[in-house]
Amino acid sequence: MASNNYDAIVVGSGISGGWAAKELTEKGLKVLMLERGKNIEHIKDYDNAHKEAWDYPHRDMPTQLMKEQYPVLKRDYPLNESTFGMWANEKDNPYVEDKRFDWYRGYHVGGRSLLWGRQSYRLNKDDFEANGREGVAVDWPIRYEDVEPWYDYVERFAGISGNRDGLDVLPDGQFQPAMQLNCVEKDVAARIQKAFKGTRHIISGRTSNMTEPKPEQGRANCQYRSKCWLGCPYGGYFSTQASTLPMAMKTGNLTLRPFSIVKEILYDKDRKRATGVEVIDAETNETYVYNAKIVFVNASALNSAWLLMNSATDVWEGGLGSSSGELGHNVMDHHFRVGASAEVEGYDDKYHYGRRPTGFYVPRFRNWGGDKRDYLRGFGYQGSASRQGWRRDIAELGIGANLKDAISEPGNWQIGMTAFGEMLPHHDNRIYLNKKVTDKWGLPVLAMDVEIRENELRMRKDMKQDAMDMFEAAGLKNVHGFEADYAPGMGIHEMGTARMGRDPKTSVLNKHNQVWDAPNVYVTDGACMTSGSCVNPSLTYMALTARAAHHAVEELKRGNL
Amino acid sequence: MERRELLKLIAVTTGTAMVGAPAFAYDKVPPVPLKDTPFSKEDVGFINDVAEVILPKTDTPGAKEANVGATIAVIAADCYTDAQRAHFKAGLKDIDTRAQAQFGKPFLLLDSDSKTALLSELDTEANAYNRKVGLWDVATDKPSDREPGTDKPLPHAFSLVKQMSLYTFFTSEVGATKVLRYVAVPGYYDGELEYKKGDKAWAT
Repeated sequence: MASNNYDAIVVGSGISGGWAAKELTEKGLKVLMLERGKNIEHIKDYDNAHKEAWDYPHRDMPTQLMKEQYPVLKRDYPLNESTFGMWANEKDNPYVEDKRFDWYRGYHVGGRSLLWGRQSYRLNKDDFEANGREGVAVDWPIRYEDVEPWYDYVERFAGISGNRDGLDVLPDGQFQPAMQLNCVEKDVAARIQKAFKGTRHIISGRTSNMTEPKPEQGRANCQYRSKCWLGCPYGGYFSTQASTLPMAMKTGNLTLRPFSIVKEILYDKDRKRATGVEVIDAETNETYVYNAKIVFVNASALNSAWLLMNSATDVWEGGLGSSSGELGHNVMDHHFRVGASAEVEGYDDKYHYGRRPTGFYVPRFRNWGGDKRDYLRGFGYQGSASRQGWRRDIAELGIGANLKDAISEPGNWQIGMTAFGEMLPHHDNRIYLNKKVTDKWGLPVLAMDVEIRENELRMRKDMKQDAMDMFEAAGLKNVHGFEADYAPGMGIHEMGTARMGRDPKTSVLNKHNQVWDAPNVYVTDGACMTSGSCVNPSLTYMALTARAAHHAVEELKRGNL
Repeated sequence: MERRELLKLIAVTTGTAMVGAPAFAYDKVPPVPLKDTPFSKEDVGFINDVAEVILPKTDTPGAKEANVGATIAVIAADCYTDAQRAHFKAGLKDIDTRAQAQFGKPFLLLDSDSKTALLSELDTEANAYNRKVGLWDVATDKPSDREPGTDKPLPHAFSLVKQMSLYTFFTSEVGATKVLRYVAVPGYYDGELEYKKGDKAWAT
């Protein structure tokens, strides 16, 4: 029979929750991992993993009914038949948009580790120092050197492919061999290198898609199908299911409970410690209490803040961690959907084979190494080059055999890249509880009041113009800059709602990710980020989680929790 | 790594101490029977005939062999807005009306040259119309892209037919594997693959 007492509770089973469960169980703790949604078992439940376009009734396109059911999801690419049901049900799980906010949630075991972009980069030294130096928000309480060994540790386990490029702006790590750039990307990289005198670089994307197997985890290397979002039966990329969960289960110390909505963290105000959590069973609506010595909050940035807001409200009206006045504030994302595309002449005798699940990356070059702009921080680009397929403008070919023959062959080489820009932490970018609106379980929902501001708007001009300039400088033809609509959340990199800091008056978490007001509560997902950098954040959550888990176990041994 | 080893790797299954209900999976969108669409068997045959003119059998199969009509009926039923669907249906009817006016018989009974002449003329008209209302690259847009209540002009109805034909043909098994090239499990990436004129494009 399942007990209600554990050494540790992990709330959430995504990228950071999976890491917390693995680390804590491997160190001998009995752990209960709670997940609000359904279970998805590795391989067995990847129903669509071997399907092709023709196996879907609408060829993987959304129907009008799906659009009605998912009014937020339909704003961008994720709404389709192949991943249908993998994004949170919007009717059951509403939220309020004081300002437009695109929230893409994965409510199931594995969370968005099954649906992530897999690009894996380290923050650099300056990312940890810029806030303090520039007087933005608050200083990070840690430096690159504090996280460096943990980056090494998580990269070795997760399996990150990439080159050691030797750039300060994008620190190297413990990589497997990189996925290769294609001939056009290599050529454009060389031309950019020359045109910008070595200040701008096109490098291979660093991704958690593996180029070497990890038999000890039961994972094969990437098979270049580019069907990652359907769940990878080869375990070719890092996900909770493929990587951390099996390791945690192997210890015999893990209990996983799906359909468990954590309603609040239970708090003993005399001991100033959490005692456990209260859970609503999502299927039966019954409530349960589970007790533990430590609680890891890994519910994703916004939901982790939501959980703190709903906890210890008899002590603090705004919830656990609100004594700082910063809980739910400083929401960040990466602003994007700006960039350029161009046509590449030549290379008619070259093509590509295999569906590479990554592309090239252009590390940040603005406000770096002597460059100075009228805004702070910078951006990086993700892009790729390929030959056009059948979906190309063929109006002049009319109809018939000519048309069919022409588009049955590849077209010209094209290249494109999209910028991902850093968003500054701003106190007025916030989320809060709206108690007038409730979800299917009667729980209050989040209201979103977040926007991009002057710094981001200025940066976006460069994000477009620099992309065009680089393609022009590389001698490419038909260079087109683009800027599509962007709303916060669309980057699916929510951060900052329970930031780390040096002072309990201005931050929710200390330098070990402990809630100042409850040191046995650790928050190690995107909520903890004091600033956002411009690189994809998940690798940093992994490193901070492993670091925090190590700290928690040591503190437990010392009797400090 | 060897395929055998690889299969061994992925055969590793996992078990866990679990509280609560058993697993669900990715939600499946069930197949849609023709009777759940506002199209008849005759409509499907007609669409296949039109699509075959747009994408005819050459040394590779054409649209009819891929039975694009059946899929087009389902997509038009479910992915189109109401206005778009009405426009699409009117476009199909217009083809027959024109056949009667120009050749004095229904489209299906025309010989192949007449069919091609009729639809080529319609395609030219459609392109001119689309440009006039400010629409570009209509043939390669996704059939599902339109939102209800949008004030964006609808493209010429024949462009919808052409767009549907292209989309459903090249995403069909016949189109992807017998007209284009498709490898389910490529296994590696080569960014400098030798290419000779005439080699087919990858389906994806």
